[in-house]
Amino acid sequence: MALTYTSGEQVEVYRFGIPATVLIPLMAVFLQAWVPVRLPFFSIFDLPLLVTISFAMARRSQVAGIFTGALIGLFQDALTGQHIGLYGISKTVVGFGASSLGIKLDVENAGARLLLTLVFYVVHEVVYFTIARGLVSLHLAWSWQHELGSAVANAVLGVLLYALLDRLKQRT
Amino acid sequence: METVLGRYKNLIVLVGVLFVQVLGLAVQVKRTTDTDSSRLIRIWAVGAISPLEKALVWTQTSTGNLWHNYLYMRGVRAENRDLKLQIEQMRIEQVRMSQDADQARRLQALLAFKEQFISQTMAAQVIGSTGSEQSRAVYLDKGEKDGIKADMAVITADGVVGKVLHAYRSTSLVLLISDQTSGVGAILEKSRLQGILRGLPSGEIGLERVMSDEQVPAGELVLTSGGDRIFPKGLPIGRVTRVSPGSDLFLNVQVKPTANLSKLEEVLIVTKVDERQATPDQTVSLRAADVLAERLPTVPPKPAEASSTPATGAALQTGTVVEGKQAQPKPKAPAPPPSGAAVAVPVPRKVVKQAPPSGTVDPVTTGSAKEPSQEAVKPADEPKPQPPPQDPPQ
Repeated sequence: MALTYTSGEQVEVYRFGIPATVLIPLMAVFLQAWVPVRLPFFSIFDLPLLVTISFAMARRSQVAGIFTGALIGLFQDALTGQHIGLYGISKTVVGFGASSLGIKLDVENAGARLLLTLVFYVVHEVVYFTIARGLVSLHLAWSWQHELGSAVANAVLGVLLYALLDRLKQRT
Repeated sequence: METVLGRYKNLIVLVGVLFVQVLGLAVQVKRTTDTDSSRLIRIWAVGAISPLEKALVWTQTSTGNLWHNYLYMRGVRAENRDLKLQIEQMRIEQVRMSQDADQARRLQALLAFKEQFISQTMAAQVIGSTGSEQSRAVYLDKGEKDGIKADMAVITADGVVGKVLHAYRSTSLVLLISDQTSGVGAILEKSRLQGILRGLPSGEIGLERVMSDEQVPAGELVLTSGGDRIFPKGLPIGRVTRVSPGSDLFLNVQVKPTANLSKLEEVLIVTKVDERQATPDQTVSLRAADVLAERLPTVPPKPAEASSTPATGAALQTGTVVEGKQAQPKPKAPAPPPSGAAVAVPVPRKVVKQAPPSGTVDPVTTGSAKEPSQEAVKPADEPKPQPPPQDPPQ
């Protein structure tokens, strides 16, 4: 029996092996931290978020989506200078949402993936800013123009990344 | 009951996970000190990422050094020549500025001012970032074991970068001045208006608390005021790029950092800042004349015998003052030079302008450094070359 933590209750449910489950989020957080030092524009992307969405949609398990989002988000939080939990809560919500939609929609289509990633990016940012302002009293400025631009950029990168990750997932 | 739990299992898990995280946030907000409960998680996360970052940076640096230092040497000569020229210009500028600084120190001493100065720095390399637009911070390859502590200032040659937020064992997290949660006490160079610099969402920084009835010209340099007790006073932060009327009674002043915060590679951590009362510099200051004199064309070094033998040399004949002492009058019969070469008259490199006799050109004050010096080398009435003596005079 393969070591995975995917539920396997649904039709068309995929799973990732343990090495991929551990290494892909680690690599995403690492690249997110390292690449912007060399390519400053890269900080508009959120690779850990894209990995969270991809894992949640492929597994189609809400509990798995919640924990995947929470763990990746907390790990990302730990590298920032801000309070731990901001990214954790945001990605928990996104993980839950992505896995919930993954059950009901066809998320194998590139167009659907683009649209979902765009929506989830905005949801992620709204949750993040709400918590940062409401709970932690951080004075972060919101810019719709900037956030929508980033959402489009992330959605495009997401479609490419999901195609790459599709090669690593296994049908249950 | 079991059916209800089973039906809403996912929602219950979601609420539970969110609740735990919100609780964790509340605890962190309550505890504002650095020894917070989240430190362990941060250490683990940084410990997992930073070794890989360090390895990559080391590989990149080594490859770059190998290429630039040993293989790709194109343009090095020209660059070297340009740099030498630049050094000469900067030395002259330094002399001028040191005289201004001396004057400022004298005035500060009169007013019993205490000045801060950077007495110790440590070079560090940027190995990573937080990767988040909401948290503009970078990781350095130096940490607690290197003596790095929280709240130390981080600078580059161009200006202020930020301050150390967390120091881990072998790495440290530096909060950039462009972060929205940072704050730096600042003062405008000319108008001396003070304010607080904070990061803007655009990545620029804004100067807050400047009254709307003040005049702030674009392009003015913004310096640290020293009021935050982190950054020593007078370090450049940025230049004013745009000024617009803001809300309330304050101006919106946008500042572009002088340090390139988006492409940081090496930085300096200010590990020690001393504070002392200003005292006028007691040492003899270097004058522009001295610098120019040192830049005169190369003159053969002064032989030991010649320095103790006042009877030789054109400097004496022309009456030039050497080392602050008046030259002796011209001897009636010039002694042969010890080395036998009449032209190679030892001329001191420091030629100063005390009481030149008539007809002598001061090599420094004329502004022409080359020709006067040659004139100084050349005796007024050059002695005829004579055969070297068999026994040089003792």
